[in-house]
Formats: sequence, structure tokens, C-alpha cells
Amino acid sequence: MQPTDVTDPEYFHKVVDCQWACPAHTPVPEYIRLIAQRRYADAFMLNWESNVFPGILGRTCDRPCEPACRRSRVEEKPVAICRLKRVAADYKGDVSARLPKGPFPRNGKRVALIGSGPASLTVARDLLPLGYTCVMFEKDPKAGGLMRTNIPSFRLPTDVLDEEVNRVLDMGVETRFGEAVTSLRALLGQGFDAVFIGTGAPRGKDLNLPGREEAAANIHIGTDFLKSVAFGHIDRIGRRVVVIGGGNTAMDCCRTALRLGAESVTVTVRSPRADMKASPWEIEDTEREGIPILDNHAPKRFVLENGRLVAVEFEKMRAEYEPNGRRRLIPTGEPPVVIPCDDVLMAIGQENAFPWIERDIGLEFDDKGLPIVDARTYQSTLPGVFFGGDAAWGPENIIWAVAHGHQAAISIDLWCRGEPLSNRPRPTTSLVSQKMGIHEWSYDNDVALTRRVPVPHADLDTALKSLKVEAELGYDDQLALKEAARCLNCDVQTVFTRDLCIECDGCVDICPVDAINFTQNAEETVLRERLRVPARNLEQDLYVSPPLKTGRVMVKDEDVCLHCGLCAERCPTGAWDMQKFTYGAAHATCSKVPAHVA
Amino acid sequence: MTHIAKPKFHHPALPVNALGLTRRDYEGVVSTLCAGCGHDSVTAAIIEACFELDLPAHRVAKVSGIGCSSKTTNYFLNRAHGFNSVHGRMPSVATGANLANRDLVYIGVSGDGDTASIGLGQFCHAIRRRLNMVYICENNGTYGLTKGQFSATNDKESKSRKGVDNLYQPIDLCTMAIELGAGFVARSFSGDKRQLVPLIKAAIRYRGFAFIDVISPCVTFNNHAASTKSYDWVREHNAALDSLDIVPARETIEADYAEGTSLDVDLHDGSRIRLHKLAADYDPTDRAAVLPELARRKARGEIPTGLLAIDLDQQEDLHDLIRSHPAPLNSLTQAELCPGSEALAKINAAHR
Ligand SMILES: Cc1cc2nc3c(=O)[nH]c(=O)nc-3n(C[C@H](O)[C@H](O)[C@H](O)COP(=O)(O)OP(=O)(O)OC[C@H]3O[C@@H](n4cnc5c(N)ncnc54)[C@H](O)[C@@H]3O)c2cc1C
Ligand SMILES: Cc1ncc(C[n+]2csc(CCOP(=O)(O)OP(=O)(O)O)c2C)c(N)n1
Ligand code: SF4
Ligand code: SF4
Ligand code: SF4
Ligand SMILES: [Mg+2]
Repeated sequence: MQPTDVTDPEYFHKVVDCQWACPAHTPVPEYIRLIAQRRYADAFMLNWESNVFPGILGRTCDRPCEPACRRSRVEEKPVAICRLKRVAADYKGDVSARLPKGPFPRNGKRVALIGSGPASLTVARDLLPLGYTCVMFEKDPKAGGLMRTNIPSFRLPTDVLDEEVNRVLDMGVETRFGEAVTSLRALLGQGFDAVFIGTGAPRGKDLNLPGREEAAANIHIGTDFLKSVAFGHIDRIGRRVVVIGGGNTAMDCCRTALRLGAESVTVTVRSPRADMKASPWEIEDTEREGIPILDNHAPKRFVLENGRLVAVEFEKMRAEYEPNGRRRLIPTGEPPVVIPCDDVLMAIGQENAFPWIERDIGLEFDDKGLPIVDARTYQSTLPGVFFGGDAAWGPENIIWAVAHGHQAAISIDLWCRGEPLSNRPRPTTSLVSQKMGIHEWSYDNDVALTRRVPVPHADLDTALKSLKVEAELGYDDQLALKEAARCLNCDVQTVFTRDLCIECDGCVDICPVDAINFTQNAEETVLRERLRVPARNLEQDLYVSPPLKTGRVMVKDEDVCLHCGLCAERCPTGAWDMQKFTYGAAHATCSKVPAHVA
Repeated sequence: MTHIAKPKFHHPALPVNALGLTRRDYEGVVSTLCAGCGHDSVTAAIIEACFELDLPAHRVAKVSGIGCSSKTTNYFLNRAHGFNSVHGRMPSVATGANLANRDLVYIGVSGDGDTASIGLGQFCHAIRRRLNMVYICENNGTYGLTKGQFSATNDKESKSRKGVDNLYQPIDLCTMAIELGAGFVARSFSGDKRQLVPLIKAAIRYRGFAFIDVISPCVTFNNHAASTKSYDWVREHNAALDSLDIVPARETIEADYAEGTSLDVDLHDGSRIRLHKLAADYDPTDRAAVLPELARRKARGEIPTGLLAIDLDQQEDLHDLIRSHPAPLNSLTQAELCPGSEALAKINAAHR
């Protein structure tokens, strides 16, 4: 293999598994260390810069970082990255003095933002300090998008949402709330320098089964139902409720129904439980509240008596997997299952819909009805019109909407300044030794063996009485400290200097996870098998040195390195050093500053 | 030394042996030696060898003298028996222990100071006694623990770190051990575990006195350019004579080597050493030939390593020589230990 180029900003970035997996590349280990030092406000600011909504995300994030977390490769469970973020937000105190405050000197450019979800809000946050006038259109009376209308307040309290949404609006967004954009052509006529479309995926899917029309009064589309609850238009539900669907919307629907007073709520899913779309923690929370989830139940018809819905009939299914991994659901032939109910909530997915975008203005759609959007610049086929969030490629989640927003803001800024959209700012990186003494480091290199600390919940009796009681209590400072200690500091990198190495094997012998090898070089597939423990996790890189004196190379498998620094402590010559790598993802706000690469 | 304990987490794919243990289960406390000391690699090699042989730690006794090298018995097999004795006196303690319990595996770790200076006499007599043990000398040409005085194994031309000349001739512990009749004599290098681990495994399996002289650089006092015990010097002059495979009793050897390039050595416990010759003209079983051959190689500036000599005919130990009871003393009952008054009367009568 060629020697590893550690000056490539993405090499060490990839080693920080959580930051690499986070769509907004939040510097996770750094904020976790700040939490451990009780520097909650600093931890909050670091988050706010990357992901704009630490308090919201600390409660609701889809957390792609956690399945990626290195900790889950050496023990059972990842670090509770998401809930630690909430700690930063909960205990930050007053940070207003540290936030950029408008009014900002204007640059004369006007940008229209359609929709007020996390994608549009992120674009606004990034562009306002640069002097842009941001005009935000929202058909609802309040900003926030699905965060307000669909995520129930027992998961995301309204005051947390308001605080974080207002933090952006107060930077100087011009709001046009309560007014839907009904024609893009008309809007384009208003002379905006750029348009951002962040209108989400607003249409909940329906299921046309026998009885659907006749029972319409008692069958509700999940997302519409949640929105009506959020705005207070619905405050009760039937005694017995059946929820159809196995995603996160289904989980929110059933838990909401329970809080509206339903006596029995049943979730039904077509597929086997293992294939359910809902996040494991959402399923866990649902079952904690005593809601049964019946898998392999495919709805067949709505049963009516005297014109009223009385039950749903299901066919029992089983899954068969073809060799290529494709799943087929096959009826088992068992007698149908009939579940009596008074109301049905249908939570089987969302779709994009753009009835207000004329098809003859140069903005092209694909055959699925999705706009054609450039994956790097977020620009549509109509120059100057950009997309992001669920509107771009269909339903995702908040953190992706934020990541899209950052990228779209970069593009809009380049566009308005007349620069090519390919001139994107580079990430900022640095690499600094953490050595403080012979065996002292400026980070806690002692690996804690503690298992994941469970997040305390409100007691069920109180929680189920009201939509407003937050189900999770969050960590207190002591629990947070305990959980923070589990982080392996993956950003403190093992950096190897070939010329200093005397090949004494000290690091090989001390490394607790057998990561380090001195061996003959070979092509990657051969080399991977040649290591002390073969490196079979192909998603993780090998760190290969240039040839050493004996002609061998140092090969380190990054896979399960604990970043304990024992290699650097054992090295007699300092050939290994522990160096903190920082990676700042590029934002529009830093595009004026030349990218600094260490 | 490090301030933290070595994390308990290990690689999830770390192999387990027949006892269900990983290599990590054979570790001891974290070493307090200087970073980069060769002795730590020897420790790692011992750990690997014991792991691969599926040795239960409680059937092993670790014995040592005094020195950085002698400290290392604390860094492996923390569930084994151990005796960190006085300077140069490890062989006596090992002899006593072995006489009392012949069923344990005895692993002695010593240094060149501990062995070739203060303990030279003890070393020689342990060999003469054919004590069933593995005796590892971690040889760095210096008294590391007492801050770098020349040891008796330091080559005459090898100067001190500060440039001071060495006045005396070195002792070659391997040729001496061969001369004294040690059944198994090997030399290796701490930086070459591929050679060292099989040698330790073979030495453990061998019945009788098994000596391994491991050149193990002292990074602090004897790793400079004018030293012949430095990492660089040993790597440049290392001339391996052979390499080993150990085949457990239950497996048969399958690989087929060209005639004359390999040699099978059957051990008393039914396992077998297969020796691959790297130097065609060297035969470690020919005791008369090896000494002059080693001298010739040394004169050429080589450091011959590998299995230097092995005695195939007399795989017997002290217990065989003195015809002691076949069971460990702690397993004997009063009936076996006390011959009774009749026997006593007979003995007394013999002295009248
Ligand atoms: C029930 C449910 C629960 C969810 N839970 C989570 C969760 O826990 N964690 C998570 O990360 N994600 C969750 N999501 C997904 C997440 O809410 C979305 O991915 C995210 O909000 C998308 O953001 P966005 O900015 O693209 O659009 P949205 O949040 O959808 O906002 C779009 C906004 O545009 C407005 N709009 C649409 N058309 C027009 C128009 N023509 N004129 C003016 N305004 C318009 C809409 O009213 C809306 O306010 C959930 C989704 C649902 C349905
Ligand atoms: C009876 C006695 N004499 C002298 C000493 C001092 N002393 C301690 S270790 C040592 C030499 C150790 O050298 P070596 O065996 O080569 O071990 P190394 O530290 O080099 O591994 C000496 C002379 C002692 N501890 N006891
Ligand atoms: S251990 Fe810490 S730094 Fe490493 S991936 Fe997990 S949260 Fe991130
Ligand atoms: S920091 Fe060094 S010693 Fe620790 S696990 Fe990583 S490679 Fe091994
Ligand atoms: S002084 Fe020498 S022998 Fe002793 S621990 Fe240090 S390097 Fe090893
Ligand atoms: Mg010594």
C-alpha cells in the first residue's frame, strides 16, 4: 500500500466515527469533553455552530452518529451522544452574549426562503450574518416545520422549540407567516437574488382498502392527525385505536393517542419486527408505555357496522428473503385477525408534492415527481433556485435538513457573489500534540469501562396524563459526567513519525487492541489479512507508514483503536504522538476567510 | 511508566485458545520498565507462547532474581505462582520449588548480570542438575537496573554510552551452557517474536534444562551506536540458523520439506519440534560439531540465533537422576511420607 497521507483532511476525520457520520459533522468528542468539564455553554456553542438546534436535536435527532460510534465496536453500546447534546443545551445558562446579533450590515442581496423547517432556518442562520436579507414564507402561523407540527411535545417541549427557532428568527429574518406560496413563477417575479425551497415532504400517504371511504370519519392520516393535535384542533380520540405502520410517525401517533385518552392502542406492522423502520429507541419508548406492536399484520379491510368503523381486518404474513436480500411478504394462510377499534391512524409514509411549482419555468422534475437537484450544490435546473431538507430528495430527518441548509447557504452566497458554485470553501483542520509531560496528556486517556448510562424517564402515570409532560427527563450533571467518560476521544489521533521509530515493538506489545503491526508491505487485501488480528472491517482504514529501516512498514488498523495513548507512552523516541485533530466543516459564514489547513 | 491501567477492552476478534482464554488473559500488571525496553517484548513473547500452548496459569511457576529483567515476571501470567528471589539466586529457588512440586511448569527469567556475574555458579549447577525448567536470560550487556555498568556478557569492543572502553572478555552463555550439557540451548532476539515464540514453546515442552539467551536491548543504557547489543546492531548481525514449528501431540505433520532441510525432534510428551534449517551445514543435535561452528560464525561477526543445540537422547531431568517420588510432595499422604518404625529400625541398624 501507499503510505497514508495524513495531511488529507478527510483521513483523520474518518477516524472520528461520530463526526464523520454526522451529516453536519458536529465535533462530538470535543463537546463531550467540554460537558465532562462542566463547560456546558461552550459545549452548546460548539453544537450550535454545527447543527443550529442543539436542544431540539439533543431530544429528537435520528443520531446516525451512534450506530457509527467506535465504542459499540469494543463493547455493547455506543456513547449516548445525542442525550449528552441535550445536557449541553439544558445546562448552558444564558448564552445570548455569545450569539451573533443583528442587525448586520446589509449586502443588498435578498433571498426568499420557502418553508420554515430546519432546512430554511439553517440557511437563514448562515446567510444573515453575511448581510443577506432573508424573507421566509410559511403557510402555517408559526415557524418550525414538522418540528412544530408533527413531533409531539412530549418528545420536544414547545419552549425548547420556540427558543431555538426564535434564536434564528431574532437574527433578523423577515417573516411572511400564515401565507402559502402558491406560485413559484410569481415569487420569482419579485426580484429575489436567490430562492431556497425547504417545503418538506408534506403529503401523508393513504391506503385505499375496502371500507376506506365509508369509514373516512374515523380514519386519519398520521401526519395530519399529529398536526391537528399540535395546533389544538384535536383533543380527543376514540376508546380503541389501531395504528397502521411501523415507522417513527406510527410511534408518535400511538403515544399521542394514549395521551388523548385512548384506553387501548395497538400498533400493527406488515413486516417482521426486525425490519421495522422506526428507530430502536422509539420502539423501546413505545413499549415502555405499554403499547403492543403486532408485526406481520397486513391490513386487508376496514370493517363497518351500521355505517360506522368497528374494526380492521388483517392478514398474517411471513417474510421470505431471496438470495439477493430482497424481501417478499407472503400470507401465512392463517385465519384473518380482526382488531376492534373506534379510530384508525394511518402512518405509512410521506410524499413530496409541489403543486405550486409551475412545470414550464425551467425547473425540471424526475419521473417520480421529485425536483432534479445537484447533490453537491443543491441547485435545481433553474439557476438561482436551490432545494434542501425533505423537499430535495424525500423524507429524511432534522440533522440532514440542517446539513443541506449549510450547503445550500454556501451555494447561495457563491451565486450571489457571482462565483462558480464549485468554489466551495474547504474544511478547517488542525492537528496539535496533546503531550503535557512524560505520561501526561491534556485529555483523559484512561478508558472507562462503564456501560451506557440509561436516561431517566418521567414516571408513566404522570407522563401519560398530558401531551405536555416530557417523557424523558434527561441526564443530570452526575449521570452526564459518567456517560461522558465513556467517550474514547477518537479525535485525539495516533500520529506516527517514521524517522523516529527504532522498531523496538514496544507499541505492538502494549496496544490493548492489537492495532499496531510491523510487517512487510503488500496490497491492501493481503495486508489486511497479514495483521496480528486481521483487519476485516473494510469501512475502517489502515494507517500505513513509509518503509522503515528494516524494510518493513508500520500498519495500524484504525478499527478499534481506543485512543488510550499507551503506544505513545511506550514509545522511547516519540515516534508515536497523540495529537488532537479538529475538523470544522465549511459554512457560508466562513467562506470569506481563506481555508486554514494545518 | 504509564499512569493508567491497560484498558480491559480487547479486539473483538481476538482468538481464544483451548481453555477459552485470549492472549490478554495471560498478561500481568503493566510494566514499569523504560519505554522501548527489549524485556517487554520478551514478556509479550512468553505471554504468546503460554497462550498458544493452552497453559493454565495456575500450573506455572515464575521465578527470577534481581534486575530489570527479573522484574518482568510480574508482567505476565498474574495468576501463576511466582518467586522474585535474591540477586543471582533464582536457580536455587527454582530447584527447591521443582523438588517439592515437579508437576508445575517452571519459567525462570534472569538478566545477564543476574546470570553471568553474581549468579554464574548457580546457573552452572542448575544445568548440571538437569533441572526441568525454562531459563530465559534477557541479555542486554549491561546492568540496567543499577544504571548501566558493563555486564559480563558485553562484548569487549562494545563501549559504554559515554564512550568508556570495556576491559574484559565476554562470557558467551550459550556456548557455556552447551559445554555444561544443557539439553536445550537457544539464542534469540527480543525484536524477533516469530523466532522467539516457538523457541519458548519448545523450551516449555522440553524435559530437562532449557536455556534461551535472548538479546534484549536496553534502550536507556546500551542502545547507542558503539554498542553490540543495540537494536540496529543485532538486526544487522543476526544470522538465524533455523526456525521451529511445534506440533501438538494430537496432530500429524503435513507439510513436506525437501530432504535434509528439516529435522523432526520428538519430545517426551509426544509433541514434536520440526526444525527448518536455514543454514544447511548446521546440525544442532551434533554436540561435538556445534561449538567450533558457533566459534567460526562468531569470528565472522555473526550473531547465530535459533536452536543452537538439543539433546535428543537424554530427555531426563533431576527427578529421573535422583529417582524421586513421581508425585508432587503436596499430594503425598502420611502413609507415603512416613516409612514406619520398622523401616527406621532398619536404617538405624545399618549405622551400627
Ligand atoms: C411524525 C414525525 C416525527 C418525526 N420525528 C423526527 C425526529 O424525532 N427526529 C428527526 O430528526 N426527524 C423527525 N421527523 C422528520 C423531520 O421532522 C423532517 O425531516 C424535517 O423537519 C424536515 O425539515 P425541512 O426543513 O425539510 O421541512 P419541514 O420541517 O417539513 O418544513 C417544511 C415547512 O414548509 C412549509 N411549506 C410547505 N409548502 C409550503 C408553501 N407552498 N408555502 C409556504 N410554506 C410551505 C410547511 O408548512 C412546513 O412548515 C419526523 C417526521 C414526522 C412526520
Ligand atoms: C546481592 C546484590 N548485589 C548487587 C545488587 C545490585 N544490583 C541490582 S540489579 C543488578 C544487575 C542487574 O543486571 P541484569 O541482571 O543484567 O539485569 P538488567 O537490569 O540489565 O535487566 C545489580 C548489580 C543487588 N540487588 N543485590
Ligand atoms: S467514542 Fe466518542 S469520539 Fe469515538 S465515535 Fe463514540 S462518541 Fe465519537
Ligand atoms: S492509542 Fe495506541 S495503544 Fe491505544 S489502542 Fe490506539 S493504537 Fe493501541
Ligand atoms: S534500564 Fe534498560 S534494561 Fe532497565 S528497563 Fe530501562 S531499558 Fe530496560
Ligand atoms: Mg542486563
